[in-house]
Amino acid sequence: MRPRQVALHAVLTIGGLAMLFPFVWMLLTSFKSVRQMLNNPLDWLPDPWRWENYPDALAAMPFGTAYWNSFYIAAINVTLTLLTSAMAAYAFARIRFRGSEVLFVVFLATQMVPAQVTIVPLYLMLAQFGWIDSHLSLIVPSIANPFAVFLLRQFIRAVPVELEEAARIDGAGRWRCFWNVVLPNIRPGLGALGIIAFLASWNSFLFPLIFLNSPELATVPLLLSQFSGGRTAVDYGLILAGSAIAVVPMLIAFLIGQRKIINSMAASGLGGR
Amino acid sequence: MAILTEARPQVARRAKGVRNRDGWWAAFFLGPQLTLLAVFLVFPLGFAVVLAFMRWDGLGQKEWVGLDNFAAQLSDPEFGLAVWNTVKLALLTAPFGLALALLIAVALNSVKGGGFYRVLYFMPVVTSSVAVALMWQIILAGDEYGVLNASLERWFGITGPDWLGDPGWVIVAIAVVTIWSSLGLNVVIFLAGLQTIPPQIVEAARMDGAGSLRIFRSVTLPLLSPTIFFSTVVAVISSFQAFDQIYVLVNPKYNDGARTIVYQVYELGFQDFQFGMSSAAALILLVLTLLVTLVQFAAQKRLVHYDT
Repeated sequence: MRPRQVALHAVLTIGGLAMLFPFVWMLLTSFKSVRQMLNNPLDWLPDPWRWENYPDALAAMPFGTAYWNSFYIAAINVTLTLLTSAMAAYAFARIRFRGSEVLFVVFLATQMVPAQVTIVPLYLMLAQFGWIDSHLSLIVPSIANPFAVFLLRQFIRAVPVELEEAARIDGAGRWRCFWNVVLPNIRPGLGALGIIAFLASWNSFLFPLIFLNSPELATVPLLLSQFSGGRTAVDYGLILAGSAIAVVPMLIAFLIGQRKIINSMAASGLGGR
Repeated sequence: MAILTEARPQVARRAKGVRNRDGWWAAFFLGPQLTLLAVFLVFPLGFAVVLAFMRWDGLGQKEWVGLDNFAAQLSDPEFGLAVWNTVKLALLTAPFGLALALLIAVALNSVKGGGFYRVLYFMPVVTSSVAVALMWQIILAGDEYGVLNASLERWFGITGPDWLGDPGWVIVAIAVVTIWSSLGLNVVIFLAGLQTIPPQIVEAARMDGAGSLRIFRSVTLPLLSPTIFFSTVVAVISSFQAFDQIYVLVNPKYNDGARTIVYQVYELGFQDFQFGMSSAAALILLVLTLLVTLVQFAAQKRLVHYDT
């Protein structure tokens, strides 16, 4: 038994180091000078440490604004996604109406259409709305989320119907049942979905790339991509300082909430089973 | 008797009233999602189908061209290359990525104190794809910056290829980065699947004299097959949709080897402003995705066990 455990740990450690290396290398390189990178690409430690890379990166790119943009877009998007998809999920799980099953299948089928397929017509439509180069283009369309409805429906079906019936006998209407009985009982589901939706919004790149033009509207990933693309002389020290500014706060948030975040993503991967 | 017969119509009426009111409630609860879905997903899809049969640059006259856009795309060697690159990416990412994830998940499942590793493997999953691409750029770069090639040169005397510049290697490089960044998600999904396998079954197999490998092949693998199937479908679909990392890692504009279908859709639509062509390419992507998924579901009937 003993040598087997050692072998397993060895496999996991080697894999883990491969996971860690790009992050470590990014951090170390973010303190290096271009000259050092060119002359000694295999040096681990920066020599000298160029702390200026960070102030320089912050001066070159408005990270503060980008962080705020990414945050408030994700926050509004997640709140509205949770509310509207919980409502729809409640209807599918608890209200009997004609065509309910057919509608649900249609709902799920729309999920098969990747966003990339509709990107041109979506752009043209948002242009008609006057939403191009506006954060509305990132907040609103992605609230439509069949997967979220599907996931929450699973959670609502697991809530005992008796709870709701008891509330209805006490005179509660549909909305009260939904808001005061069902929602509190699917908190784990809402939490998991909230995390998934937040990450999806925060890390989204294609939509901001196409829908936004003004630099002050950029989200963090968009800003980062412009940072690398826009310069002629590639200063990787600066670019990686920018990457670190974008990545490290998210990683710290991840480490704090890791158990919940990982479990949410795993559950969603299994389709809420 | 009389009371009962009199009561009946009233009950029926009340039931009908409840159902009617339920209809309104259903409309109210479904309304927001349904409206958004219709406006931002169903309508654009219909619009894409119409656009695919038109020539339009967004400003001038729209002009019906029938199947010309499809014909132009399907006979364009650049589009053919994009389809081939997309398929290559899926064929590299799905099998190798999932096999690796399975290996790690099985190891994690039989080791004590795996929580630390779980966090380690999951870090790339929560990291922005743009940042991931930039991190890998300094590792894979073919010029003086690239750590990988500098290491190969120093320790093995091998001159590595220009991973991101050489059209023959770039898909391999993209596949490596994709596998790296999605490994953690597949690992935790497999791990969750492994933990649903009842230990009694494994125990029983062991009592019957089955070794570890035999247990893996005859117990673990069949019982995990629904999860593996699901992950395969997701992995193939997401490599069909890959864009972010490719766009930042290697701008396919300068390296045809990295052109994928989604990149073609993007370039035709938002660089060349050929909205009709772009929509046609997008619909071909949709049909390909559906076809591949159908094939996978057909294969599932033979390969996946759902009885526990």
